[in-house]
Amino acid sequence: MALRQLGAAAAVTVALALATPAYAVTEIQWWHAMTGGNNDIVNKLAEDFNASQSDYKVVPTFKGSYPDTMNAGIAAFRAGTAPHIIQVFEVGTATMMSATGAIKPVYQLMKDAGEPFDPKNYLPAITGYYSTSKGDMLSFPFNSSSMVMWINKDELKKAGVAEIPKTWPEVFDAAKKLKAAGHATCGFSNAWATWAHIEQFSAWHNVPIGSKANGLDGFDTVLEFNSPLHVKHLQNLIDLQKDKTYDYAGRANASENRFASGECAIFLTSSGYYATAKSTAKFDFTSAPMPYYPDAKGAPQNSIIGGASLWVMGGKKSEEYKGVAKFFTFLSDTDRQAKLHQESGYLPITKAAYEKTVKDGFYDKNPTLQTPLKELTNKEPTANSRGLRFGNMVQMRDLWAEEIEGALAGKKTAQEALDAAVARGNAMLRTFEKTAK
Amino acid sequence: MEKSVVFNNKLLPYLLLVPQLIITFVFFYWPASQAVWQSFQREDAFGLNTEFVGLENYQALLVQPEYYKAMLTTLVFSSLVAALSLSIALLFATQADKNLKAAGAYKTLMIWPYAVAPAVAGVLWIFMFHPSLGTLARPLRWMNFDWNPLLNGNHAMILVVMAAVWKQISYNFLFFLAGLQSIPKSVLEAGAIDGAGPMRRFWTIVFPLLSPTTFFLLVVNVVYVFFDTFGIIDAVTGGGPAGATTTMVYKVFADGRLGGDLGGSAAQSVVLMVIVIALTAVQFKYVERKVQY
Repeated sequence: MALRQLGAAAAVTVALALATPAYAVTEIQWWHAMTGGNNDIVNKLAEDFNASQSDYKVVPTFKGSYPDTMNAGIAAFRAGTAPHIIQVFEVGTATMMSATGAIKPVYQLMKDAGEPFDPKNYLPAITGYYSTSKGDMLSFPFNSSSMVMWINKDELKKAGVAEIPKTWPEVFDAAKKLKAAGHATCGFSNAWATWAHIEQFSAWHNVPIGSKANGLDGFDTVLEFNSPLHVKHLQNLIDLQKDKTYDYAGRANASENRFASGECAIFLTSSGYYATAKSTAKFDFTSAPMPYYPDAKGAPQNSIIGGASLWVMGGKKSEEYKGVAKFFTFLSDTDRQAKLHQESGYLPITKAAYEKTVKDGFYDKNPTLQTPLKELTNKEPTANSRGLRFGNMVQMRDLWAEEIEGALAGKKTAQEALDAAVARGNAMLRTFEKTAK
Repeated sequence: MEKSVVFNNKLLPYLLLVPQLIITFVFFYWPASQAVWQSFQREDAFGLNTEFVGLENYQALLVQPEYYKAMLTTLVFSSLVAALSLSIALLFATQADKNLKAAGAYKTLMIWPYAVAPAVAGVLWIFMFHPSLGTLARPLRWMNFDWNPLLNGNHAMILVVMAAVWKQISYNFLFFLAGLQSIPKSVLEAGAIDGAGPMRRFWTIVFPLLSPTTFFLLVVNVVYVFFDTFGIIDAVTGGGPAGATTTMVYKVFADGRLGGDLGGSAAQSVVLMVIVIALTAVQFKYVERKVQY
């Protein structure tokens, strides 16, 4: 199918080139994983870009979930029919990075195409995730988010919780009060189990997930998230799970509407949940920074990002690369970025767009959208909070979640579960290290 | 005088076999040999680096405690699904074989689930039994039953078994019904005249005469649970919680597709292939003896 489309596209391009060489349009295939309102935004961006000039035509194609899109791209590359641009979620970064030859680094692309490009214009908390240790940007950040704590203000008031909890002990107290006030099945909960309790938790408390700056400085990284602080946190969750003061809600975000339905009044998930919360929650809600342990030194540090970036695939014509570069310049435009941020709830990627949104007074009316930015820029990032880059991360998250589930079900102690997650994860990292030479 | 047609062309029988042989080769032997070849290699997801590593993938596989756990899970899952889907389908087929009023509609409805894709079937069951969203899970919670397939491995197993059984009943039903209809009425009537009740007639006449169908279905169902159920598992539990529903075929899928470990995944599928071939051989050698054609 993809082959036929490409064939057809090529035929059309050739036909056009023969007939009217002056108006030859170069098609740029863009595979993405955006659904609902965000899908409309993607289509609108492509339309606007296509209308803004006549040399290139960006063709967006929805390819399914994040893992589906990534796998479709990998399969297409093996079959020689890869798209020009592919949206890959943040945990796929290490896999894409290691595929030298399969990808065209963005800094290289912009240089070759002679497009004006200064990586310093972009927010370092975001681009750091997608750059080499030398600061070369490998992929183009598209939709970024961070993890925040969503609060049902009405229910908190009813349960007699006067202030939005800031620390984990305060969250536990509030959850107990909520439970006593009728939230029998859920005091608090979260989506993205490992992102919340391992990845963000570690960065926010300035403790390493793994050595070598969480893998950013090399694939010979070793996992280290079985520290006493991690064990203590998981043990707290195990204890609270017993009477559902905490109730586990799965590995991904299918259970997010436990917040909107009013079942869970405290719920940690992505800041990108904003658009959905706005349209489905029928109560007064807000977002707050993730909780921390006050006795942990240096907490809270800064959070790390989630979301996805755009990778450019290798082996394409230089004319096509020029079009991709022009499209990225188009995306970086300050007004466009600011609008994108305000409509979708995803973070702005340029400093200028962020400053413009602040200046326009947007956050005074929508403080919810500023929470993730405040978290990301809370402190100067350390080696523990710059980001993370582990090979096979997609599957490794499942593996970590398995161990957390075992612990919450009472089959393992917190220490046993985290030790096993680290040991099994390390075995996986060594396999990846061998293939990613 | 009897007219007999003789084809003298020696090539013809082979030519007639060719289409079937091509299909078998292209869709079975060729991919199977590719899997075996891949299982001796280590390769990154993009296929940029390939290295021959001999039996290393198998060694890595056999030291994983999770792999043995997956074997055990597969045993539990496949026996439950095969036993339940066969017996329930047989029960339905015997009922549908009677003179019913809306037999046509009833049979059509019974066959419908077979047209549902495994992943879609999985999503349907999730809608019913998701602990906080499911339409049928809520009544369970009201009855103070702590239904939680997100954390309780047994609940998750029950859920995937139900979904897999539901999907397979149609197929089994169809074959059982056809089998029942081919049993001569005269035999049953003779039994009835001799004073055998319905239960006795079923166990002494119907069930033995149905044995070729049952045997065929047993083989097909074992293949079904071993290979075709990963879509359901992926949609319903993702192999969790804590690996409680990770069967061998799901692990092949997870390691190869989600993990990009093609060599390790290929090694697993070779092991799986050997197990299924062995199982089928055992079925033909020992179970088939009891079949009365």
